[in-house]
Amino acid sequence: MSNSSSSSNELFGYVAEFSSASDLYHAAEKIRDAGFRRWDVHTPFPVHGMDHAMGLGKSWLSAIVLGGGATGSILALFLQFFTQVTLYPTVVQDKPTNLFTIPAFFPVTFELTILLSAFATVFGLLALIMLPRWNHPLFNSPLFAKFSNDGFILVIEARDPKFKREKTRELLTEIGAGKIEEVNY
Amino acid sequence: MADFSKANTAVHPSEAEGVVREPLVLNNRSLGWITDRICGIVENRQPLIWWVLFVPSVALFGCLLFTLVYLVSTGVGVWGNNQPVAWGWAIVNFVFWIGIGHAGTLISAILFLTRQKWRTSVNRASEAMTLFAVMCAGIFPGFHVGRFWMVWFLAPVPNSNGIWQNFKSPLLWDVFAVSTYFTVSVIFWYIGLIPDLATLRDRAKGIAKKLYGFFALGWRGGNRQWRHYEMGYLLLAALSTPLVLSVHSVVSFDFATSVVPGWHTTIFPPYFVAGAIFGGFAMVLTLMLPVRKLYGLEDLITAKHIDNMAKIILLTGTIVGYAYIMELFISYYGANKFETDAFHLRILSGPYTWAYYCMFFCNVIAPQVFWFKFCRHNLWIVFIIVNFVNAGMWFERFVIIPTSVARDFLPGQWGYYSPSWVEKLMFLGTFGMFMMLFLLFLRFLPVIAVAEVKGVLPESDPHYHDWKHLREKRRGAAK
Repeated sequence: MSNSSSSSNELFGYVAEFSSASDLYHAAEKIRDAGFRRWDVHTPFPVHGMDHAMGLGKSWLSAIVLGGGATGSILALFLQFFTQVTLYPTVVQDKPTNLFTIPAFFPVTFELTILLSAFATVFGLLALIMLPRWNHPLFNSPLFAKFSNDGFILVIEARDPKFKREKTRELLTEIGAGKIEEVNY
Repeated sequence: MADFSKANTAVHPSEAEGVVREPLVLNNRSLGWITDRICGIVENRQPLIWWVLFVPSVALFGCLLFTLVYLVSTGVGVWGNNQPVAWGWAIVNFVFWIGIGHAGTLISAILFLTRQKWRTSVNRASEAMTLFAVMCAGIFPGFHVGRFWMVWFLAPVPNSNGIWQNFKSPLLWDVFAVSTYFTVSVIFWYIGLIPDLATLRDRAKGIAKKLYGFFALGWRGGNRQWRHYEMGYLLLAALSTPLVLSVHSVVSFDFATSVVPGWHTTIFPPYFVAGAIFGGFAMVLTLMLPVRKLYGLEDLITAKHIDNMAKIILLTGTIVGYAYIMELFISYYGANKFETDAFHLRILSGPYTWAYYCMFFCNVIAPQVFWFKFCRHNLWIVFIIVNFVNAGMWFERFVIIPTSVARDFLPGQWGYYSPSWVEKLMFLGTFGMFMMLFLLFLRFLPVIAVAEVKGVLPESDPHYHDWKHLREKRRGAAK
């Protein structure tokens, strides 16, 4: 949106506060069962089992990391064989300069596997959680800001096909939300 | 409903009768209290003692810079090392500092994989310690190469003559191991910091809010973020665990793959790793005991934490002691004349036997007091013993390096090594740098992982109330 500001009237969604991790967990189960899609719970720490309560599967970050690790191993083996066997064979300590040099190549192969796996982890993670993103409508909500201290926050976005201005608010009250705040774009 | 409610025991694990577990956070502190206490360290003025420590640390760091400039402008000959002892304090200090780093990774990675929840109170500071220790370590081999501006030769790029590095050399393995270790440690630390930076962002004002906000990357703590975050954290722990074991193994290869008597032993990798963890935990306690007192963190870093760390020091110290004795045994049993002589010179008639006994007392004898609960709970005793360990681990590296090369195969090559004032000042300078960085870390970043500590409170379990409810119901039925 070109003219986005906190004073514009387009609704982003509801921010609802719950009193504890337990309450939020049970509320999440109900929102999941009600069939909402564009919603999330925001907590000061990862709540154990919340993926299940929200109906989310296992993160597939591990697949990205596997790719990173495989790239690291291949890159390291290529680097060492190409330079040590083909490009610049150094005969030292009576070690061969052919395929049988491989035991001497294990440490560097291992380290580069780890290094590229770690890079894959951090960049894959940032891609999956879509960060960095310094501007977000939720940052307009003072209630939302409690998530980083002791707030247990449930957010339902207005973009959700099931979202109805009145009914969703009623649903939130019914499942035990304390304060409910409207957040605009 | 989740299937958790069908569990057949009706008590929460933390409340099971007969199994009384000490809580990880004392005095039933709330989530808000944890945030206030830890973020308060960053937000409030530092105590006077912070400045009392910071100013001399900066001065020592200045000494480090001075000695480095002096070394580069004059030549590496300002150090005391020469033939036959080409690896003097520079390499001793390198191995000493890199070893200290290992405890941080052990706490953050290995204790995470083994579900040791007590790690949450100490992992942030230990990881910071790791980074600063590795920075101190890196200085020494960097300048030990003699021409610091040629250090880029270590990187896998050919020089102008088309000469490539020798990948069969353990020294090059070391370059890869240490640089990977540092990079992965930075990543692990930073990923762990993101939620806490968001906490600081939400509390700060003005320029601080902008800065913390920038580094928090816009973290919103949604479960759709947490689930990937937790997987990422787990993966980094799983990657760091073999990494930390490999780094000191590779450092030990620098010695073990050579033919120098006293270095050429297969026991080196496990012995170095155990020693690194041992020395690292000692440094963690050296730093955390004052920090805990100074900033009133007794409810978060409890007697249980100190007790656990003291036990790890006892265990690893005993492993190290076993390794010392096994080295001696093999030198006798192996019947290799040069090995036997090397160890004879090391413990009986050589020029550095005093260092051997310093090492043995500090590393093997002194930590044995941790068998007694009283000693693990008396903070002064703990502090004194861990400082013995800090010194002992430095002596261990000193014993390994100069004693072996000062007396190798031919008596004609024998020599003696003592450090010059430049080496001494430089080593002190790295302590200044280490302390300076750690104090700045205390000043600007949360010393304890706020989000992780919150996660280990009993009420953070989403089924805490279910357990409580079920227990009351069962009690009611029994009546």
